[in-house]
Amino acid sequence: MKYLLQRIAFYLFTAWAAITLNFFIPRLVPGDPVQALIAKFQGQLSTQATQSLYVLFGLDENKSVWQEYLDYWGQLFHGDLGLSFTFFPTPVSEIISDSLPWTLLLVGITTVISFFLGTGLGVLAGWRRGSWADGLLPVTTFLSSVPYFWLGIIAIYLLTGPGSFFPSSGGFDNGLVPAFDQYFIPSALRHSLLPALTILISSVSGWILSMRNMMVTVSSEDYITVAHAKGLSDRRVALSYAARNALLPNVSGFALSLGFIVGGTLLVEIVFSYPGIGFQLFQALGAQDYPLMQGIFLIITISVLVANLIADVAYLLLDPRTRKEG
Amino acid sequence: MTIPTSSIEQVIPGQGSMAQPETGKKPKRQRFRFVSNKKAATGLVMLGVYVLFAIIGPWVAPYDPDARSNALIQPPSADHWLGTTHLGQDVFSQLLAGTRAVMFVGFFAGTIATVLSVLIGVTAGYLGGKTDEGLSALSNVFLVIPALPLIIIITSTLENAEDWLVALVIGLTSWSWNARVLRAQTLSLRRRDFVDASRATGEKTWRVIVFELMPNLTAVIASGFVGTVIFAVLSEITLAFIGVASANTWNWGTILFWAQGQQALAQEAWWWFIPAGLAIALLGTSLSLINFGIDEFVSPRLRSVGKTKIKTVDGRTVRMRIGFTPVLSNSAAPHTHAKPMVNLNGATPVIKKEVSP
Repeated sequence: MKYLLQRIAFYLFTAWAAITLNFFIPRLVPGDPVQALIAKFQGQLSTQATQSLYVLFGLDENKSVWQEYLDYWGQLFHGDLGLSFTFFPTPVSEIISDSLPWTLLLVGITTVISFFLGTGLGVLAGWRRGSWADGLLPVTTFLSSVPYFWLGIIAIYLLTGPGSFFPSSGGFDNGLVPAFDQYFIPSALRHSLLPALTILISSVSGWILSMRNMMVTVSSEDYITVAHAKGLSDRRVALSYAARNALLPNVSGFALSLGFIVGGTLLVEIVFSYPGIGFQLFQALGAQDYPLMQGIFLIITISVLVANLIADVAYLLLDPRTRKEG
Repeated sequence: MTIPTSSIEQVIPGQGSMAQPETGKKPKRQRFRFVSNKKAATGLVMLGVYVLFAIIGPWVAPYDPDARSNALIQPPSADHWLGTTHLGQDVFSQLLAGTRAVMFVGFFAGTIATVLSVLIGVTAGYLGGKTDEGLSALSNVFLVIPALPLIIIITSTLENAEDWLVALVIGLTSWSWNARVLRAQTLSLRRRDFVDASRATGEKTWRVIVFELMPNLTAVIASGFVGTVIFAVLSEITLAFIGVASANTWNWGTILFWAQGQQALAQEAWWWFIPAGLAIALLGTSLSLINFGIDEFVSPRLRSVGKTKIKTVDGRTVRMRIGFTPVLSNSAAPHTHAKPMVNLNGATPVIKKEVSP
């Protein structure tokens, strides 16, 4: 329990750091970005939006930085992330809550599948060293070096086209309204297959490699020799003795690499024009929509923190040593 | 790759042939063992080619990467080895010219991140106490915050960031993983006898860190550096691909950016985006191979083994695995007839009858 509380305290601290960072980044912009933006949007910005821009960039002359910082927190607690320019006058929080489920489902499910698949293959590759399983290594090395988005482009090039089963972009067929019915769900599934496959292929190799190395390290431990000597079947030694112990570092690795994975998957969404957070971020970048960018960064960070917390709980359940009181 | 080893070894001062002890031959010190690792050698050769093109690329490029021509979206031909873009620019020249920016950002960001991680990780591990807690918390925060979105946000805020600025941002945000690994390694080294001894002789803290600890951390630092270079290259290309980084210089991401923006896919212009992606993937592979080489150098157990199945005298097959202590068979029958075997690949067979010392 103490361990869990420590972790929660750490994540709260990290969330605070990320939010503070988010507060200061717009203040790094040299010159008067608001004037530039007003010129760019040529009268499309209301006075209210202009005012909120001045607040965002810290150019509000009347307030001290500290005062602004407090105001920023006040806004956050109201769920107010500002107004988007691209989809003016929609609030940023609304845009994010529309696109977040898409990302959560796509990235969440593929990451979990990739972790289990990769760990399983890694167990195999580590245990059966010197057999065909070693052939996995060069392939996985190459695949893990391929940028996610490029793999997505190749997948679109090879597998989509007129008459193909896979659609090349979007999250569902045009003309459908998002709803949980028999038309929408199959369409959404079909659109998510290719992005999911892309993420799976490029992320699975990392798990294979790390699990293989852990298996190799663990398999020279004394308890493995003892298990062999007891005459247990090879399969049982591999799964219940070696893999079980090798899994622990992989779970904590899972938590730590989530940030990297999320970064990569944002790009896959961009390539496939998938209506998730990453695609929104891309559109925000193109339109220099700072409030939307800030909001998306914040939401990504917080999601990763929550996922980390879940991984920590899983670790707690897997490793009895952390449960010890004291 | 051939490695000249023997000639160099003889000129180590004080260890020339005269200084050798008379009793028997001293086992040869393998100076270039790292390079003789097949994976590491392959990786180094590939990286060498990239470095070469980073230096000479812009000069040997057959065309100016920006120069337009009338050959629009042409497939590869003798004139344009990798075809042309929608403006008639030569893709091969763009690829060559872009190598320099990619390598520069990769290595510059890698250097910044490595220096930071050494400073923070080793200091935290060696000093311990409050300093350690503070620095560990700092690196954990940076570890958990997703680096790529942060880099995207910062770079897009700094409009039209030049290469060195992009490298700086990547370096400043991606040091945390190495710092963590280095701290753990330093913690385990700190209580060793040789460190205690040098402290006892009154060496200053910085001297202990730089001359006693650092040489023992070389492999970890090198592997962290290589890892960061991979990450930096991928991040930079990503930034260029989504159009955040400066459009003034060519890199492989810029090529992909134009290919994507001009619907290269719909026009079946495969030559426009496949070479750039392959270049990235091969660079990543070469760096990963070097990292495997370092890993296997440090921890020999991870090496891939060759042939592992051998036949025993009585015709049964046994799989030899390094790191395992093989147990001959699961059958209940006693194997007293087992004979000493040839020691293959360094694995130690368990022999029931006579155990050689």
